[in-house]
Amino acid sequence: MSDYVIQQVINGLSLGSLYALVAIGFSLIYGVVRLVNFAHGDLMMIGSFITLGLVASGYTPWVVVPLVVMFGGFLAGGMIERVAFRSIRGAPMITGFIVTLSVSVALQNLGLMVLGPQPRNFSFPALFRERISLGTADIAIIDLTIPAAAIVLALVLTLFIRRTRLGIAMRAVSENMLAARLMGISLDRIVFLAFGLGGALAAIAGLFWGGKFGQIDPLMGLVPGLKAFVATIIGGVGSVGGALLGGYVLGFAEIAFVGFLPPEYSGYRDAFVFALLILILLVRPQGLLGRDEEERA
Amino acid sequence: MTGFALSQRQALLLLLLVTGVAVGLLEGFGSGYLRTLAALSLINVLLAVSLTMTNGFTGLFSLGHPAFMTIGAYVAVIFTYPAGRKSFAMPDLPEIFGSIEWPLPLAALIGALAAGLAGRLIGLTVLRLRTHYLAVATLGLIIVVQTLALNLDGFTRGGRGLTGIPRDATLPLIAVCTVVVIVLCWRLKHASIGRAMMAVRENEMAARCFGIDAFRLKLFAFTLGAAIAGFGGALLPHVVSVMSPKSFGLIMAFNLIAIIVVGGQGSIIGAIVAALAISLGSEALRPLEETLGLYGMTQVAVAAALIVVLLWRPKGLFGLDEPGVRTE
Repeated sequence: MSDYVIQQVINGLSLGSLYALVAIGFSLIYGVVRLVNFAHGDLMMIGSFITLGLVASGYTPWVVVPLVVMFGGFLAGGMIERVAFRSIRGAPMITGFIVTLSVSVALQNLGLMVLGPQPRNFSFPALFRERISLGTADIAIIDLTIPAAAIVLALVLTLFIRRTRLGIAMRAVSENMLAARLMGISLDRIVFLAFGLGGALAAIAGLFWGGKFGQIDPLMGLVPGLKAFVATIIGGVGSVGGALLGGYVLGFAEIAFVGFLPPEYSGYRDAFVFALLILILLVRPQGLLGRDEEERA
Repeated sequence: MTGFALSQRQALLLLLLVTGVAVGLLEGFGSGYLRTLAALSLINVLLAVSLTMTNGFTGLFSLGHPAFMTIGAYVAVIFTYPAGRKSFAMPDLPEIFGSIEWPLPLAALIGALAAGLAGRLIGLTVLRLRTHYLAVATLGLIIVVQTLALNLDGFTRGGRGLTGIPRDATLPLIAVCTVVVIVLCWRLKHASIGRAMMAVRENEMAARCFGIDAFRLKLFAFTLGAAIAGFGGALLPHVVSVMSPKSFGLIMAFNLIAIIVVGGQGSIIGAIVAALAISLGSEALRPLEETLGLYGMTQVAVAAALIVVLLWRPKGLFGLDEPGVRTE
């Protein structure tokens, strides 16, 4: 393989990991409450601004930053659920979707109000900005860190869902909400947990997004959030594995589109992603790994 | 509403009277600012009524209006843009269009036709999807159209936007168009086709058992909605004289959804009231936003209002009803 191809593969891997991190949250939340949380992408924005604040304040050692960011994302995700979504639980799907849309618009505009519309530069410790040579290819360290972190987090999450009591309770709610409640599982706690975990993963994705692209602004969560939703649908809604697969498929497809077609097409990358979405929804609405259990199309 | 109610004819007369007097007063005595505000509010009414037709009557959940508005606007501008500046602003335009400078109503109709055609083609595929899958697909459509507009800079000047579009959309013209759209959607709702649409909304399976071709009805509602959106979109740049690929985006989609949800999905009067309330209300908040320097506050207020309405009255203010008018 030529160096160029290797570089593009690494690029796809790192972009796909970011989509996957956000997509896992979509999937977790949908699994538990059957709600497409449109505001999920904006948690990325929150995560990246928490990072910016921590780095700018200069007190926090950078090893601790990701942990604080994830904790912040957990709280933010849970709070949003508590404030906006709890009272509409059980409402028709469309009502839920409209409320998540409102929360997203509110978060973006709160961001504009508090933080201002100018994009801000985002700098990571110099270590991550360096480039190393892999064979003869030249790779940025951050592009290797992101997939590694995504895989570790996905593994930890899978273990949590498979092995711990809370994880089992979460799966029970997702299988059958009524039966789970009859077994004495607190629905409020499980839903809070799902939103919190999703928020933590989206926040850490926000940290990496800032580190990879170098600029953040209050509207940054919108398009990546939508694309992560596309990834969720590609993989099949409702499983961690599906979200990962969808994230990587979308990441590679997008990089292939930009990297291997003539450059005059690269401006159309967002159009390509959403055309892909419509295609997937029409051809295989349950996604690559999804079970065909409900009405989508 | 109990007791007092207008007949449909009286309601129409009232609508004509109120619009006529308001437009007359504004044309006679209003400042330029007030006339522009009224024009933009009326276009919002037009768009909201058409969206309540597409989404409310038929139970679709489309967010795609801004996409069709963008199509309608760019197509219309091709026909109204000053001929002398076309070779500079739209170098890729075929020569035949170079010298055309048509009146706005004709250009807007062509824009509506283009948007309707696009709506029909897109509807054939995306209308197989339901609920939030349709919502996300149509959101994606907005981004696809914006991306195309941004990249086809031989027609659109890309991100720099088109400026110097003639301000041909006068208040009386917009008022006439808005009234026509309201009457059209009203007639549709209370005709057999509207009844069939609402049957599909309530229970698609049952409607199909009665021999209603649900897909064709949805396609019709989606196409007509797209065409009207294209028409409204064509009017807007001729009020403000500029057009850019980002002019009509997600915020526009969200505000239109907020209007029809607050008004009650499927209620035409609800859409009119909510469109006026939200347009004028957010304009009233703007000075406050500017003095406080808190840009974005208005949008937060709209979002919060929408959540409150959904919690307080999940069916919006009026549901499917048309308060104060006898529709039997």
